[in-house]
Amino acid sequence: MTHSYPMTLNVESSPGEHLPPVQPPVQPPMQPLAQPPRQAPIATPPLLRLIDDAGHAAPAAESGGFALPPLTTLLRLYRQMVVARRFEAQVTALTRQGRLATYPSALGQEACEIAAVASLAPEDWLFPTYRDSIALLTRGVPPEQILASFRGDWHSGYDQQQHRIAPQATPLATQALHAVGLATAAKLKRHSTVALTLLGDGATSEGDAHEAFNFAAVWQAPVVFLVQNNQFAISVPLDKQMACRTIADKAIGYGMPGYYVDGNDVAAMYAVVTAAIDRARSGGGPTLIEGLTYRIEAHTNSDDPSRYRNAADVDVWRGRDPIERLEKYLVSEGALPAAERADITREAEELAAATRDCMTRQATSDPLELFDHLYSPSSARPALAEQRAFLAAELAELAAPSTDKGANR
Amino acid sequence: MTITTQDTGQAGSGASVAGEPETLSLAAALNAAIRDAMVDDPTVVLFGEDVGPLGGVFRVTDGLYAEFGETRVSDSPLAESGIVGTAIGMAMYGMRPVVEMQFDAFSYPAFQQIVSHVAKMRNRTRGRITLPIVIRIPYAGDIGGLEHHSDSSEAYWTATPGLTVVTPSNPADAYSMLREAIASDDPVIFMEPKSRYWSKVELTLPVQTAPMTSAVVLREGTDVTLLAYGPTVKTALTTAEQGAEEGLSIEVIDLRSLSPFDDETVSASLRKTGRAAVIHEAAQFGGYGAEVAARLTERNFFYLAAPILRITGFDIPYPAPKLEEHFLPSPDRILTALAGWEW
Repeated sequence: MTHSYPMTLNVESSPGEHLPPVQPPVQPPMQPLAQPPRQAPIATPPLLRLIDDAGHAAPAAESGGFALPPLTTLLRLYRQMVVARRFEAQVTALTRQGRLATYPSALGQEACEIAAVASLAPEDWLFPTYRDSIALLTRGVPPEQILASFRGDWHSGYDQQQHRIAPQATPLATQALHAVGLATAAKLKRHSTVALTLLGDGATSEGDAHEAFNFAAVWQAPVVFLVQNNQFAISVPLDKQMACRTIADKAIGYGMPGYYVDGNDVAAMYAVVTAAIDRARSGGGPTLIEGLTYRIEAHTNSDDPSRYRNAADVDVWRGRDPIERLEKYLVSEGALPAAERADITREAEELAAATRDCMTRQATSDPLELFDHLYSPSSARPALAEQRAFLAAELAELAAPSTDKGANR
Repeated sequence: MTITTQDTGQAGSGASVAGEPETLSLAAALNAAIRDAMVDDPTVVLFGEDVGPLGGVFRVTDGLYAEFGETRVSDSPLAESGIVGTAIGMAMYGMRPVVEMQFDAFSYPAFQQIVSHVAKMRNRTRGRITLPIVIRIPYAGDIGGLEHHSDSSEAYWTATPGLTVVTPSNPADAYSMLREAIASDDPVIFMEPKSRYWSKVELTLPVQTAPMTSAVVLREGTDVTLLAYGPTVKTALTTAEQGAEEGLSIEVIDLRSLSPFDDETVSASLRKTGRAAVIHEAAQFGGYGAEVAARLTERNFFYLAAPILRITGFDIPYPAPKLEEHFLPSPDRILTALAGWEW
C-alpha cells in the first residue's frame, strides 16, 4: 500500500499520535451494490429430475439415484395437483370479486406443495407459510377453514392439533424454528414424528432460516426444510437475495444433505421429500431441499408484477407446467384413462362449488370472542374482563332500538 | 453438542422436602426452583447459552446438567431467536421449556419470536396451542457491567398482550415465583434482577409466597406509597428507613408482577396514602412507570393529594460502569423528589 500523504514519525509523541490525519479523497460517484461481479461464476449444478419438461422419463444421470414412484402414486399426485389448481383458480376469482381480503397464490408450484404433504405420516407436523394453502387442502383442511384467515374471520381458522398443521406463518422463516423445536421434542420423547416446514427463497435471507438450519443440524432434529424457490420475493429476484449457486448448496455449510430438485417435477419432488422424511424418521437428521419453480401469479392480488418482470419470462415458465408435464407422462404410459380424467374433473368442480358455497355463508365471528383465548382460564386477568365488559356494553348499545339512541344524543 | 435420546425422568433424588433452614442467595433459590420443577415434571427441559456444564454465567443452572443429563439440560447454539423459536416448537409438542437469554440486551434477537409468536400463539389458535414457556432474562444494572449487560427492557414485554411478566426481588419470591412460572400453562417472561443475585436470606425450601401475579406490601406506611420491583425494591426499603428518620412514613410495595398489574393491592395503598411514586432503573419516557402512573391516576384520581411521580433512570442509554451511580435512582434522589411535592 502506498501513502499519498507525508509519513513522518515524531519519536517524542505518544504511540497514539503516530497516525497523521488523512486527507479526504475526492468522492467518485457511488457504485451499485452488486458491481463488479461478486466472484467467478461457478456452474450451476444439474437439476435433479425424474420426468423432463416434455413428459419423458429423464436420463438416469439426472435422477440422483432416485427411482420413479409407481404409476398409482403418480396418478394420485396428479389428481391432487389438478384439484388444488382448481381450488386456487376459484379462490383467486373470489379474491378478484372482493370476497377475500387477500390471497397469495401458489399457481405453478403445485408439484412442491403436493409433494410436501403427500409423504407425511398422520403423526407428522407441517409448518406452512401463507402461500401454502393448497398443502393444507391436500392434508384435509376444509376450504372454509383455510379461507377463514384470508377473509378476515380469525388469524388461523383450522384445528392445528387435529390436522397437525401449525398456523400459516407470515413472519418469514420464523416457523422453521418451530418445526425444529417440535421435531427435537419428538426425538427427546423417542416418538417417530417428523416435522416438515415450507419456506420461500426470500425467507432464506432471514436470520431465522440460518438459525433453524443450524439448530436442526447440531441437534440432528428429524426435520425437513423444503424451500420453494419460486424466484421472487414479492418483486425481488433471487440474485439479489444471495450470491451462491443454489439454496441447496447452503446445506453443506450446515452439515446436512441438500438437494437441488426440479420443483415442477412432482415425481422428483415426491421421491426426494419421501427419502428425506424417511431418513429423518430413522434418526438420520435434517435435510434441505430446494425445489426450483416459478410464481406464475402476482405475489398477492394487490401486487403488480409488470413493474418488475416480463410477461415473456412468465410464458417460458407456463411452458414448464408441472401438471401438463405429468399428464403427458401418464398419457404416454397409458395410465390416464378418460374415466379417471372425468372423475378428477368432477372432484375438482365439486371442491370449487363447495368453496364458492362456503363464501356465501355469513361469518359468525363474535366480537366478545376476542377476549376468550389470549390467556388460559387459570391466568384470566381482571383488567381484561373489564375491557370485555366495556365492549359488551358497547355492543348492547348498538343493538338497542335506534329511537332510544336518537333520544339520548 | 448433540441432544441424545436417553430415558428422561430418572435423574434427581426428589424435589426439595421441607428441611433445615439454609442461607440461600437469590441465584441459588432460582437454581433450586428449576431443579425441583425438573424433578416433579419430566417435561421440563432447560436450554440456552452456557446453561450446561458451566451452569450459566450467573450459575443459576449450576449442577443441573450433572444431575439431569443432556436430554434435559443442553447448551444450545448461540442464537437467541433460535432458542425461543425452538422452545415454541417444543412447547407445541408437550414440553415445558425453560430458556435463558443470558443478558437483557441479548434477548433482542429473540424479539420477533417472543412478540409475534410466544405472545400470540394461543390467541391465534383459539386456545388449541398453548405455550408453557419460561423465558428467563437477567436484567438491570448496578453490577459494573459493560455496555449491553445492564438494560431494563421490561416495557418492551409489558407492552405486548399475551405475555406475563414477573420479577422477584428476594430469594423466597425467586423460588416460589419461578415454580409458579414453570407450572403456568401460559408463557412467562421471568426477569431476574442481576444486582440481587447474590443477596442472601435464611430460607427453608420449598417455600410458597404470594401468588406470582400479585403485588405485596413489604412495609406499611401512611404518608406515601413507593412502588418498586426487582432491583429497586431494596432501594425503596432503604429510602423508607431513611424517610422514617426524617418523620416520613413510607409504604413500600413490591409489584412482583408487571403484567398483569395488581390494581387492587396498589390502589388500596394509594387510597390510604394519597401519594405514590414508581421507581425503576429503565428510562422514563414511555417506560413502565408511565403506565403505572396513568392507570393509577385514572382509577384513583379523587384520592390523590399529588401527581404520581416516576423516579427512574434518565432518558439516555444505560451508562458505562463508572457513571452508573449517577444514573440509578438512589434513596437520596427519591427523598428529594418526594420533598418536591406540596405537602
